[in-house]
Amino acid sequence: MPRFLITRVASGLGVLLLVCLFTYLIFFALSPDPAVQICGKNCTPEVIDQIRGNLGLDQPFWTQFFHFVVGIFAGRTYGEGAGAVECAAPCLGYSFQSSQAVWDMIIQRLPVSATIAVGAAVLWLLAGLAGGLLSAVKEGTFLDRFTTGLTLTSMSIPNYVLALVLQYVLVVKLQWLPFPQAVAFADDPGQWFANFVMPWIVLAVGYAAAYTRLTRANVLDVLRENYVRTAYAKGLAQPLVWRRHALRPALTPIVTIFGMDFAGLLGGALITETVFGINGVGKMAADSIARNDQPVIMGVTLLAGFLVVVGNIVVDVVYTAIDPRVRVNA
Amino acid sequence: MLGLGYIVLVTLVAILAPVLTAISGWTPYEFDQTAIDPNLGGMPIGPWGGVSAEHWFGVEPGSGRDIFARIVYGARVSMSIALSATALTTVLGVSLGLVAGYFGGRVDLVISRVMDFLMAFPALIFMIAVLSALPAGNRSTLLVVVISVFGWPYLARIVRGQTMSLAQREFVEAARAAGASGTRIVFREILPNLRSTIIVMATLAVPGYVGTEAGLSFLGVGVVPPEPSWGQMIAASVKWYAVDPAYFVFPGVCLFLLVLSFTVLGDRLRAVVDAQEGR
Repeated sequence: MPRFLITRVASGLGVLLLVCLFTYLIFFALSPDPAVQICGKNCTPEVIDQIRGNLGLDQPFWTQFFHFVVGIFAGRTYGEGAGAVECAAPCLGYSFQSSQAVWDMIIQRLPVSATIAVGAAVLWLLAGLAGGLLSAVKEGTFLDRFTTGLTLTSMSIPNYVLALVLQYVLVVKLQWLPFPQAVAFADDPGQWFANFVMPWIVLAVGYAAAYTRLTRANVLDVLRENYVRTAYAKGLAQPLVWRRHALRPALTPIVTIFGMDFAGLLGGALITETVFGINGVGKMAADSIARNDQPVIMGVTLLAGFLVVVGNIVVDVVYTAIDPRVRVNA
Repeated sequence: MLGLGYIVLVTLVAILAPVLTAISGWTPYEFDQTAIDPNLGGMPIGPWGGVSAEHWFGVEPGSGRDIFARIVYGARVSMSIALSATALTTVLGVSLGLVAGYFGGRVDLVISRVMDFLMAFPALIFMIAVLSALPAGNRSTLLVVVISVFGWPYLARIVRGQTMSLAQREFVEAARAAGASGTRIVFREILPNLRSTIIVMATLAVPGYVGTEAGLSFLGVGVVPPEPSWGQMIAASVKWYAVDPAYFVFPGVCLFLLVLSFTVLGDRLRAVVDAQEGR
């Protein structure tokens, strides 16, 4: 087990280094003049010169990249003397537009993004598994066909359209939900919950549909296996066959996909947060696009890459625990 | 069937956009100050966001631009980007998948690693990163390239798997014994057998790309204004949703139906192909 883990972590680190390299390339090699871009719209030539000096953009690419990677682990100081800017580890960059280290900006907003991701994940897992199992049990009936139709429809609604429809119907027309206000959970749990209900639903719908289809297909595949026939032949009752033989192999692949999807979401649900005006990591990234605040976009990209790599490793470890077929000898 | 009908309709609308706007009388870039009420902050005059004989789908609040014209031209953007991206991903995915699956060894190792790398990524945020870093020159071409770069592995993975099993079959062996070259076997013997898989995968990819283009335009890294795109129209309507719901309903419904139609069509095609193969 430890040996397997070590190789996984090592390859994960390799991937992360590649992610850093690509992100850095995208922002500093592709763009014609990074200093101008980083500075944003309201900018003076003096500030541009200062940024260029601070970031060391006059140095060769590999030197710049090296400083960037070292900065992530050890922190770094941009520039020298009076114009110097401190960026503590883990330094993912510095937003010259908002005069803040990107990491601090992310940390402030991460709890909100995590709240949205966790709530939505619970919702889509429950709905997806229940829908898929029900559909598989009732294969070929009206209920099955109805579920299939519903999943196709849900997968096709762009989530920002759904968000606008829900907001208009539930908040403006029916007034079942109050307008979102920024409150802490401890101050007003009711309002807090009302704020998050719609984002959870909007984010969950597409995934729930995909998971329903996946669960249904997996369960039906497993039910055609020889060992399931054997179990029936031994005289086991249907519920027992399902519980003992069919569900476990049918549901393990979902763990993989869930891990990946969830990790992808922790980095911020850009569109959902933007539509509902929720101040999470995703909205910060979207706002940074509008303001062309590149260090922030770059930082969020790195964070998202990191979370996905970590998610991958966690999924692999969990998988060896729940699926006896891939258990490694070590 | 309804789905196919809608796809044909949108395609025709996209092709005939200039004709349709000539008939309706408004181009997507014209401002109509008479259709909006300056006293109400630029709200369209009339019910349903200003729907009238003059403006068939109403007008944009604030500017008074004709929504019908913008939808029609937006269809062009959606369809051309989604279809070009599908074409490019299919070419990339099929050729790389075939090469990896047939030749194996080191070639396969490299291609598979690249695929794993690309698929392990939150593609949306990477696309945003690339698009926001690059200068806003020819955005449509850029969108197609960026979408394809992140899209091809999904097709290539399946093509690779099928190629590996087809390569073991007798007819391939026969071709090899007859002295056919590797390229010839791959393109003349194996590729035709993958036809139905490729058609199904390509059809199922289109709705994803329609959605991706709209999503990227929604986030402001897609098609550059004033060129209209459905995603961008919906983004603009966010500020107005409470007072002028028609503004998001028109592009929203068009987009939803297009994605749904392609999804249903792909699903049906897959069912047909599966049934044939299970024969």
